Amino acid sequence: MQGTVDSTPVVTGHEVAAHEEHQDLRVLGLITFLASEFLMFAGFFAVFLVFRGSHVQWPPEETEVELLLPAVNTLILVSSSWVINLGTKAIKKNDLAGMRKWFGITAAMGAIFLAGQVYEYMNLGYGLKTNLFSNCFYLTTGFHGAHVFIGLVLILGVLWRSRRANHYNDITHTGPEMAEIYWHFVDVVWIVLFSLIYLLTLI
Amino acid sequence: MAQADISIKPTELQGGHGHPDKWKWYDYFTFNVDHKVIGIQYLVTSFLFYLVGGFMAVLMRTELATPNSDFLSPELYNAFLTNHGTIMIFLWIVPAAIGGFGNYLIPLMIGARDMAFPKLNALAFWLNPPAGLLLAASFFLGGGAQSGWTSYPPLSEITANLPQTLWCVTLIMVGTSSILGSVNFLVTIWKMRVPSMAWDQMPLFCWAMVATSVLALFATPVLAAAMVLLLFDINFGTSFFKPDAGGNVVVYQHLFWFYSHPAVYLMILPIFGIMSEVIPVHARKPIFGYKAIAYSSLTICLVGLFVWVHHMFTSGTAPWMRIFFTISTLIVAVPTGIKIFSWVATLWGGKIRYTTAMLFAVGLLSMFVFGGLSGVTLGAAPFDIHVHDTYYVVGHFHYVLYGGSVFGIYSGIYHWFPKITGRMLNEPLGKVHFVLTFIGTIITFTPMHNLGMQGMPRRVAMYDPQFAHLNQLVTVGAYILAVSVIPFYFNVIWSWMKGKEAGPNPWNAMTMEWTTDSPPIIENWEVLPVLTHGPYAYGMERADEVGPAGEPLPTSRP
Repeated sequence: MQGTVDSTPVVTGHEVAAHEEHQDLRVLGLITFLASEFLMFAGFFAVFLVFRGSHVQWPPEETEVELLLPAVNTLILVSSSWVINLGTKAIKKNDLAGMRKWFGITAAMGAIFLAGQVYEYMNLGYGLKTNLFSNCFYLTTGFHGAHVFIGLVLILGVLWRSRRANHYNDITHTGPEMAEIYWHFVDVVWIVLFSLIYLLTLI
Repeated sequence: MAQADISIKPTELQGGHGHPDKWKWYDYFTFNVDHKVIGIQYLVTSFLFYLVGGFMAVLMRTELATPNSDFLSPELYNAFLTNHGTIMIFLWIVPAAIGGFGNYLIPLMIGARDMAFPKLNALAFWLNPPAGLLLAASFFLGGGAQSGWTSYPPLSEITANLPQTLWCVTLIMVGTSSILGSVNFLVTIWKMRVPSMAWDQMPLFCWAMVATSVLALFATPVLAAAMVLLLFDINFGTSFFKPDAGGNVVVYQHLFWFYSHPAVYLMILPIFGIMSEVIPVHARKPIFGYKAIAYSSLTICLVGLFVWVHHMFTSGTAPWMRIFFTISTLIVAVPTGIKIFSWVATLWGGKIRYTTAMLFAVGLLSMFVFGGLSGVTLGAAPFDIHVHDTYYVVGHFHYVLYGGSVFGIYSGIYHWFPKITGRMLNEPLGKVHFVLTFIGTIITFTPMHNLGMQGMPRRVAMYDPQFAHLNQLVTVGAYILAVSVIPFYFNVIWSWMKGKEAGPNPWNAMTMEWTTDSPPIIENWEVLPVLTHGPYAYGMERADEVGPAGEPLPTSRP
């Protein structure tokens, strides 16, 4: 042993070596990234909880939250997670039309959610600067809304790319898969957010 | 799940067929996806920022040579102390240690052709130069941020709003870069090792990078959250950290230190990795306690996430928190001690080559033990309350960051420069550099401990005349450190052009990066290597015992 690693070929021939491929790691990369992203929301949630715990009246009197519309919105967003899953299931069976249909519905649901959020903002009667609660409320829901928007863009991107013949099929479907994972992430964050900011006001 | 449309084909990497055999100089100024180019981009950029941050330090020490404010205006002094810290942490040590060495070495050490996500990697790097420019711009748009690298509100919300905003954006950008980099490191190490390499056959640098990446992944987003809140407070009229409107400044401190304490491990864990590579090679011995070193990195990573309140013992922290965080802080000394003893045991009875890389590694050992011990004292709440916000703290963290991180980066450069450039650094010049750095570090940072215990506060441009003598000594030390970089930069530039040819394996090292050319070819290997022995299998055969330049050494052995 001369102190060097033996460079025995793993694949024979230079031509083959130049075309070796590694497995698709993008899904793994996305999950790793989302784990990190979740911690940012955790930071916002922690701040919210600290303020909630240290104020007698939370939310303060003139800044009550609306409950009905966000509850409907929650239903829409949570069920859209099932819908998008139907989409990736379809493409795994090589059913492109099915995938396009379900992804289209998901995108519509996402858009309705965002529209509902904007409608809610417009009818609350208080703004970002009103008080500490409204600071937290708009910042957290706004950041989540931005993530919904990014998820929507991803879904529309998948739909756009799916026009190309055989771009996605039962073997190649990492794009839709990643859009789905991201959408689930947005959904999970919303469930936590909804519980903390909306449901906790009932207690 | 192999899919043709996404996997990185060698031909794609170089933009089609007929690619060059090696990169041209201008390729280093482009959005290049080769991990080696990116590693060099990180290293060169961070070494430039090192000069900027160092220049600020020299100006501050010049001001502090006398008790009065007679050299810099107070605002400029504050801007320098803020940006010196920010640059040295976020644009020098972190990008050099993690971005530079991590990107350059990991694929080479694990037998991969590139990182898992080359484009993401390039994106992560290219977030850094604009971040640095923003910081520079903040000096011309309102005189630079004034509130220290910690930017505690309310100070950060009532001074220099525009520069402070730019500062926040800078931190969000480098933080994003850090997160993207960590995703890449984790997935690469996890999935792209050559099939013949098991986890416990990885070089220890890779283990250290796993721990580093996990920390960056979980801590950095919390800093981003803090920056966003601060940004909103300054610019959009929110009151998260404004006590008069119900906000709470201590909340900021919690968010900030939840990141910034792990950040000190971000800056030292890769250095520990470098130590574990350099010491066995130049001591010609297998590393002592491979698993202990590997797992202690993970332990530091885990425990390091639960110690942040020790920065806040004087922030009205509850007694139970003081006790909890004192204990958790002191626990960090255990895995760190395991590493220190393992390196000492590796040196013990080795055939030590006193190369510059080794000198810096051994220098780091002594410095870090000193800095670590002062860290243990600071971890104990009663003592910390006594010296909080004094020069004792400044002395402590400069000992671990300069005597630790910077020594480690130097050591790594002397060790891997032959691999990166294909040429040897000049050893006599390197030793001059080491001696100046070693003496300068001691003279600069040791008296700070005394100053702190006598009660000199940190972050001041004017001080009580009784502290003048020690401060002058510190200033002399700082000048020595300033001079010490001259032989280094000269050595690097000169050797890069005219140095002695290194050959593939000038140190007779056994990790995988030394099995390819120096500098490595674009795809690292013609055919991927197969692992035939562990990374530190030294001393198994007499044939390994040759000097740095390949000359035979006396083979006598105790």
